[in-house]
Amino acid sequence: MGRYLGRRLLELIPVFFGVLLVVFIITRLTPGDPAVVMLGEKATPEAVARLREVLGLNEPLPVQFLRYLGRTVQGDLGRSIQSNERVLVELIARFPATIELTFAAMLIASGVGILTGVIAAARQNSWFDGVSMITALFGFSMPIFWLGIMLILLFASYLGWFPISGRLDYTIDLARQTNLYFVDALLARNWAAAANVLRHLVLPAVTLSTVPLAIIARMTRSSLLEVLRQDYVRTARAKGLTEGGVIARHALRNAFIPVITVIGLNVGSLLGGAILTETIFAWPGIGRLVVDAIFARDYPLVQGAVLVIALLFVLVNLLVDLSYAYLDPRIRYG
Amino acid sequence: MRYRFRILVPVLLLTAALLIAPVNLQGAAMARTSWDAKACGATGGTLVFAQADDAVSLDPNDIEDGFSVNIDSNMFDTLVRFRADGTQVEPSLAESWSVSADGKTWTFKLRAGVKFHDGTPFNAEAVKFTYDRQINNKHPYFPGAAPYASFSYQNVTKVDAVDAQTVRFNLSAPFAPFLTNMAMFSTAIVSPTAVKKYGKDFFKNPVGTGPFRFVEWVKKDHVTMAANQDYWAGRPCVDRLIARAIPDNTVRLLELENRSVHVIDQVNPPDYERIRKNKDLVLFTGPGLNTGYIALNVEKSPFNDVRIRRAVNYAVNKAALIRAFYAGVGAPAKNPIPPTIWSYNDAVPAYEYSVEKAKQLLAEAGYPNGFSTELWWPNRARPYLTQPPKIAEALQAQLAAAGIRARLVTFEWGTYLEKIRNAEHSMAIIGWIGDNGDPDNFLYVLLDKDNAEKGKANNYAFYKSEAVHSLLIKAQQVGEQSQRAALYRQAQVIIHNDAPWVPLVHAARVAAYRKAVQNYFPHPLEIRWLHRVWLAR
Repeated sequence: MGRYLGRRLLELIPVFFGVLLVVFIITRLTPGDPAVVMLGEKATPEAVARLREVLGLNEPLPVQFLRYLGRTVQGDLGRSIQSNERVLVELIARFPATIELTFAAMLIASGVGILTGVIAAARQNSWFDGVSMITALFGFSMPIFWLGIMLILLFASYLGWFPISGRLDYTIDLARQTNLYFVDALLARNWAAAANVLRHLVLPAVTLSTVPLAIIARMTRSSLLEVLRQDYVRTARAKGLTEGGVIARHALRNAFIPVITVIGLNVGSLLGGAILTETIFAWPGIGRLVVDAIFARDYPLVQGAVLVIALLFVLVNLLVDLSYAYLDPRIRYG
Repeated sequence: MRYRFRILVPVLLLTAALLIAPVNLQGAAMARTSWDAKACGATGGTLVFAQADDAVSLDPNDIEDGFSVNIDSNMFDTLVRFRADGTQVEPSLAESWSVSADGKTWTFKLRAGVKFHDGTPFNAEAVKFTYDRQINNKHPYFPGAAPYASFSYQNVTKVDAVDAQTVRFNLSAPFAPFLTNMAMFSTAIVSPTAVKKYGKDFFKNPVGTGPFRFVEWVKKDHVTMAANQDYWAGRPCVDRLIARAIPDNTVRLLELENRSVHVIDQVNPPDYERIRKNKDLVLFTGPGLNTGYIALNVEKSPFNDVRIRRAVNYAVNKAALIRAFYAGVGAPAKNPIPPTIWSYNDAVPAYEYSVEKAKQLLAEAGYPNGFSTELWWPNRARPYLTQPPKIAEALQAQLAAAGIRARLVTFEWGTYLEKIRNAEHSMAIIGWIGDNGDPDNFLYVLLDKDNAEKGKANNYAFYKSEAVHSLLIKAQQVGEQSQRAALYRQAQVIIHNDAPWVPLVHAARVAAYRKAVQNYFPHPLEIRWLHRVWLAR
């Protein structure tokens, strides 16, 4: 196990270089000069030339890459072209917002999704099965943008149960240590702030959870149905166990492997930023950061953000792989 | 010189009055600028305004986007400032100024007793420092990019701090728009102490002399500012000013309706009616400082023929575009500059919408059956181009009616600008938002032959007229505004006849706010100065 883990972590190094190189090349190949984009309609020839010089864009590409590589290995991701902020600081400020939202959304998606899937499988072809699976299909095909606006209109604007947008009311003072506001509120024992954070989280998390929820529910159902047809389950039933006991004790664990895989993949992609959800709810997360950076050709920021997202994605998948061994004793890493 | 005196004389009188009757210095009843003509009707409270994006940087010397400008303009002052009601300038940190006979030396007398928010005294050294750090990219405190420096300090060669209260700008050649440029956000004076203290992090620790001081910045969420109680023109009316970033237009409006926000920008045109019907809200629409247009590449056939260019002008139905895509609140354009700018030539006749005239001109030019071409459009909404794809499609259909078969072509914004700068287009939809309200900022930048060099052009029509060039250069050099205006009016007539553009629309400036917001006038420059706004109890 230890050796396996070590090997997997070592594999991160080539991934890291690969990501650096690919992102560097893609950003440079994309037409559009950061200096021109920054200045927009206003670019005068002198201003563009000067800005290119300031940004170090006049150097040959290999030189730019080696410089970038050297700095990155030393932990310096550079400064954002647009804001002049250190990329690392920018990421540290923005990632927690995305992590908080992803965590909340996946909590909803996994909890509700697995429960729905299990009940639907246990009562295959019942009305619950039919209704829930059709609803899941809707959830999967629902345009996020529309759903978000509808939730805001109904629950925030009309009923007033939740705030419309943002992460925290500006009237509330909160010392931001981790930038995970819920954690910050708990650390400060500021219960009013914690409640306020949760209220802000509900609508975006529900919006973001719909697609993974639908996938998880359908995956749980089909996986569980397959397991339920296996011989050992028949044996368990023959021993006189109740259906609930069979599912809980014997079937569920085996059915979980594909479900965990799907959850892992979804967590990975949500960490890459949920641009639409973040835009609707004015959520200052990583998705908007990356999109803004791409449009502005903010090379250092794009590179830094993609690097961190890629590493997180790999780590989440490593966790998923490790969980297989826990779920299925036949899987052993060595 | 009459123009300058118009500002100078009242300033001198005011200064004299202050000297003679020092008692008047007490109390805020004394208006120092056109902005504080009205005393605050109430003080206190928190004013929240929401815009589509957050500031990129809080260093006014290092920004180019409107969102940053809106925030930074509330924390910083410039030497002169735009009047509350227009684009003329009036004293601000400089109480008076004079220009040498050759037009190459400008001397500003600075306001005494002004302090930055960190207590640093404001003086000529600070003005010089602000200039030096922007213009020299080897300066130890160069602000990252200083994207506007070469524009706002055009022709400036050196700045001298003559004494603590006197600063001199030396120009390489007379340049009439110089004074207006000194009112632009990019020349806002920063605290040298703070810049040296924070170094590269000054952009998130801004220190100016403005009506509000910086409190907190949560990126992409909000910036909090607090009233500068010692502001030289009297404290702002509200205690706190918060700028929120809410990207979605619908959500921003819902926040306004929900009372959590007091002022918003960028309203979806279909929502205008909804706001007008809400008795708690006000919808402001006024003429904007922008022009949306089609640049006809005069170097490419058949657009090298003026008859073809006029035909395109006749083929476009501007009124229909404005009705359909600007909710009826824009103004059809006939000149490159909007009517809000002085020297606008209203005597220029518009090319009226006439398919017959367009067809007739095409036939005269040897295209009785029309021709095929491309119409380029930018894939990014701009103030002058609210719904790019729909507007492009509508234009395509209008042109087709006259026999001009245009294929629609688009690129992502950065690429688009680069390609049209390289003259790769035949017809390109583009526009311009005024920076300082000076006609030079439209006509010279967009239509002078100096700016028509491939790869660097802002003159996307690649229109090179000697007659226009000599008028525009002369207008940069004469001091008096009435003379300049006459030159610009002549230039507009020539441009109209040569038709290098199809001027489309001057989009309205739009803002929505709650009734409780008092004394708010959305400025023609579309910058949200909010220090004289108060909240009704």
